[in-house]
Amino acid sequence: MIEKLNVSGLSCPQPVFETRKKMKEMGEGVLEVRVDSGTSLDNITRMAVNEGWKVEVKEEQKEYILILSKLQDG
Amino acid sequence: MYFASRKGITLVGLFFGVVAAILQRVGNPPNMGICIACFERDIAGALGLHRAGAVQYIRPEIIGFVLGSLAAALIFKEFKARTGSAPIVRFILGFFAMTGALVFLGCPWRALLRLAGGDGNAILGLLGLIAGVWIGVLFIKSGYNLGRNRKTNTAVGWVMPAMMVGLLLLLLFRPQLPTVAVFFSATGPGALHAPILVSLLAAVAIGFLAQRTRFCTMGAIRDVILIRDIHLLCGVFGLLVGAAVTNILFNQFHPGFQGQPIAHTEHLWNFGGMVLAGLAFALAGGCPGRQLFLSGEGDGDAAVFVIGMIAGAAFAHNFAAASTPAGTGEWGPASVIMGLVVCLGIGFTMRQKA
Repeated sequence: MIEKLNVSGLSCPQPVFETRKKMKEMGEGVLEVRVDSGTSLDNITRMAVNEGWKVEVKEEQKEYILILSKLQDG
Repeated sequence: MYFASRKGITLVGLFFGVVAAILQRVGNPPNMGICIACFERDIAGALGLHRAGAVQYIRPEIIGFVLGSLAAALIFKEFKARTGSAPIVRFILGFFAMTGALVFLGCPWRALLRLAGGDGNAILGLLGLIAGVWIGVLFIKSGYNLGRNRKTNTAVGWVMPAMMVGLLLLLLFRPQLPTVAVFFSATGPGALHAPILVSLLAAVAIGFLAQRTRFCTMGAIRDVILIRDIHLLCGVFGLLVGAAVTNILFNQFHPGFQGQPIAHTEHLWNFGGMVLAGLAFALAGGCPGRQLFLSGEGDGDAAVFVIGMIAGAAFAHNFAAASTPAGTGEWGPASVIMGLVVCLGIGFTMRQKA
């Protein structure tokens, strides 16, 4: 199952903090995060990579969808 | 993307430190190559909002920070008008952030520059800053949140840049109405400044790079405590090292506690002032520099924080809360305590489900 999180419009550090909290809860799997600022995009990407998750980014009308994934065998 | 890399932000921080030390060399006040709090305070004075004659000047650095960030945001398509995340609370946070900073005599940028110039009193300020940010992190962990902003009319995002252009015009043309309209210090720190064009160009470059790297002195501390990330801290260390090395080369490094320029030695209030400032910055999500850069990319809430800081500076001087090299003002300590009570109240009461 793909979990979803929308952190658009939140001030620092909420976007990265909420995403990290969710990742810790999940442990592994696929998390789709909607963000609306380049700062949050950079911050979440950096944090997720540091935590060993894979990051894919899609751009949608000035917003970004980050697909964070960590799979048992990956 | 290079700017988002650790090497990128470290080099950018290094550049900021070198530029700040050079600005001191070419005219800015000692250990004050860049100080967002001091410079916004000088602008408040130039506009006559306070009448402390020694600290009145329209600082081109503040103008350049916003316009440089605006340029970067436009070029990289990150300019986005947004507002509506508790603006009045952000005004109050800006107000008390300034109160605390003027008791210490500097924002986090100047705390680093003071340390890079050998001013030991800055250590107390930096420890206070860390303590304040740490308190802010406790609030964030327990659910503190000012709520989401919303996209708004593009013109809203242009208000702050337009105000900066207005300030630049006042600086260049110095209009004289029947009574004096804009005040410029004849003596004191306000009279010390680099040539306008040098300050402006340096600040535009800094604003541009800070927008790209998301440089933030408060975030540097917060991220270490909250998510164990040293990325922004690398930028801050860069700034410190860049300024210190440049200061040594220019013979601007004078270690000690006594007789430091535009500083006092009341350790408790150097610490306490920055606890307040650090807490206010943490609750608002950015250091005073970062708030300027955000306001340049269209963040109306950050712009309100900046205006809160300018208002706070006027009050701090009018109500004898700002420190001088002789020590804290008559109402300085009381103002810090009042600010802490208000900020703690904000931290305890402002919680929203994300």
